[in-house]
Amino acid sequence: MAKNTTDKVRNGRATPTSRPSDSLTKDTLLEMYWKMLLSRRVDERAWMIHRQGKIVFHISAIGQEAIQVAAAYTIHLGVDYIVPYYRDLALVLCAGVTPEDFMISLYGKEGELSSLARQMPSHFGAKPFNIVSTSAPVATQVVHAAGMAFAIKYRIQNELQDPNDRTQPRLAVTSLGEGSTSQGEWHEAMNWAGVHQLPFICIVQNNHYAISVPVDKQMAVPNVADRAAAYGVEGIIVDGNDVLACYDVMHYAVQKAYRGDGPTLIEAKTYRMTPHSSDDDDRTYRERSEVDAWRDKDPLLRLANHLKAQGLLTDAVIEGYDKRARKIVDEAQRAAEERPYPPGESAIAPVYAEAN
Amino acid sequence: MTVLTYREAVRNALADELRSDPKVIFFGEDVAVAGGVFKVTPGLYEEFGGERVRDTPISEEAFVGMALGAAITGLRPIVELMFADFIPVAMDQIVNQIAKYRYMSGGQFVVPLTIRSAQGGGVGFGTQHSQTAENWLMNTPGLKVVVPGNPADAYGLLRGAIRENNPVVVLEHKGLYNMKGEVPDDLGPLPLGKARVVREGSDLTIVATQLVCQHSLKVAEELAAEGISVEIIDLRTMVPLDSETLLSSIAKTGRLVVVEEAPHASGWGGDIVSLAADQGIFYLDAPVKRVNMGNVMFAYSEPLEKLAIPSPERIKAAVREVLAT
Ligand SMILES: Cc1ncc(C[n+]2csc(CCOP(=O)(O)OP(=O)(O)O)c2C)c(N)n1
Ligand SMILES: [Mg+2]
Repeated sequence: MAKNTTDKVRNGRATPTSRPSDSLTKDTLLEMYWKMLLSRRVDERAWMIHRQGKIVFHISAIGQEAIQVAAAYTIHLGVDYIVPYYRDLALVLCAGVTPEDFMISLYGKEGELSSLARQMPSHFGAKPFNIVSTSAPVATQVVHAAGMAFAIKYRIQNELQDPNDRTQPRLAVTSLGEGSTSQGEWHEAMNWAGVHQLPFICIVQNNHYAISVPVDKQMAVPNVADRAAAYGVEGIIVDGNDVLACYDVMHYAVQKAYRGDGPTLIEAKTYRMTPHSSDDDDRTYRERSEVDAWRDKDPLLRLANHLKAQGLLTDAVIEGYDKRARKIVDEAQRAAEERPYPPGESAIAPVYAEAN
Repeated sequence: MTVLTYREAVRNALADELRSDPKVIFFGEDVAVAGGVFKVTPGLYEEFGGERVRDTPISEEAFVGMALGAAITGLRPIVELMFADFIPVAMDQIVNQIAKYRYMSGGQFVVPLTIRSAQGGGVGFGTQHSQTAENWLMNTPGLKVVVPGNPADAYGLLRGAIRENNPVVVLEHKGLYNMKGEVPDDLGPLPLGKARVVREGSDLTIVATQLVCQHSLKVAEELAAEGISVEIIDLRTMVPLDSETLLSSIAKTGRLVVVEEAPHASGWGGDIVSLAADQGIFYLDAPVKRVNMGNVMFAYSEPLEKLAIPSPERIKAAVREVLAT
């Protein structure tokens, strides 16, 4: 089993001798913490308003914010292509989506950012930030991301793009859950990325369940990263609840893609601390003791403890952050509630583009 | 008679077929331990065990294709595609393999395979979790397509589908899972291909299915107060289509409105109109009307979705228009 795995990258660091995260400044570390915290508070509010019957649907990032924020801090945000999945709230909040934008999505109100309220919430898409619209059938976005990476390589090779031009996208990063890697599309996209050594990063957020189905009923290998070898793609496993470890491997994969040295699969081992979505009751398939055990590994808590131990963060500062987050979330919710729904007649657009 | 929800009726049909034949197996995403994401299948895993009721990886093309493989060995697989929007993920298996297997093998192999899926809108699930699938499938000879519109049909037609020696796609409407209705205690498998007159009337015939059939019933009741008598036909199965029931209804009413929760182009309503034009033209006293989604897609936002799906108001307006000519 899993003979071809690239063992050198098993410990969650690209190169054990250097840690890119060592050079993160205090300000950046605090900002990363703030982004994780803000995402968490927005997310918690979404669950609350769902319980109040104000919205139809929510699907959560709670527990999975670390890899998302790490990804945001290693790519060229707003320029590189981000092809996210429905749990990437923390990632898109870093990229420029605001809590208010997200609240408007939840309520399905006029002018909604991702889809004009056509799609379910959390199917993110924002052209100004090069966040490419998310599709609901799982794993379909991975093929699209491979296509974007292919286009980048093509443009560079055909001198349509200067490889050092930082105003242009230089990679495509996509993400999905481990369960979705059972889809043919995922395998086919990985194969393309490997064959053409594309500037492509696939983040697999392995939270150990595909809705109710545990990972051992989804695949016979212990790690999704083990599958990467079959496609000539480097596979890296990382503790997905350790934001600094995530930063290290993401930094490695991003720099590699920028150099033209090919694709990387990053498997972030993590856990979703909530039910699958607001339609799910996770008590039918997982023990409370398991959920509680993972609560102790909460990535937000872990980063807070780390920063406190380094003397970079205090409880008073956290309290201040929490207050600020609550205010932002309150205002976002109010703005979304006050906003009108899109008029029904507008449903007939935008089906086709205008004439050329 | 027992009053069941549509959801319970589906579950009972699955349980009764699993009980009656060890060759029946059932698999899909989240159907076993969790009892289905729409809570349609609780208890089946507990009663029939993990060999017969199985959670799959998220790999629709694989498990639908495997069901074909299993079916030609003589098993009678039932597979669930969680949302009908994901039927296209397995479309090669369905259109190129399953539907054509019997024909292309010169009749050597039969494919006693049932695909179940939840379709339809009205629940705020957005563009890719709401679509109806019958039009995609009806264009493929070799498949039978079933669209139960009430608990009794959900029970009897699903059992009938599982007993079929042909591949059948049963499209349940997710907006009807909570619908309650009487199911006769001695109801067994129902034959496919028989429409049902769900309301008798004399002035105009509405042909509809599932959610928009419910909307049509509401319209008929309201119009009855004005002395307008509307007959409603629930098709129940799209393939085979029951042309007899349709033709005898328009022979009586002389007027026809077709209501579809689907886009207009290449929609099944066109087949109904074509049948009326071909074999019922001399019964008709007025042009026919189709009420459907036009070119619009489903949306998450409530007013947008409301506009897309034929509403009672739109159906009523079409009825009045046809009655006025
Ligand atoms: C093609 C397709 N099949 C089924 C679904 C329904 N579905 C939505 S999310 C999901 C589970 C995905 O699990 P995983 O990839 O592990 O991601 P997670 O939700 O755990 O983050 C399923 C089965 C879907 N959206 N698309
Ligand atoms: Mg998962």
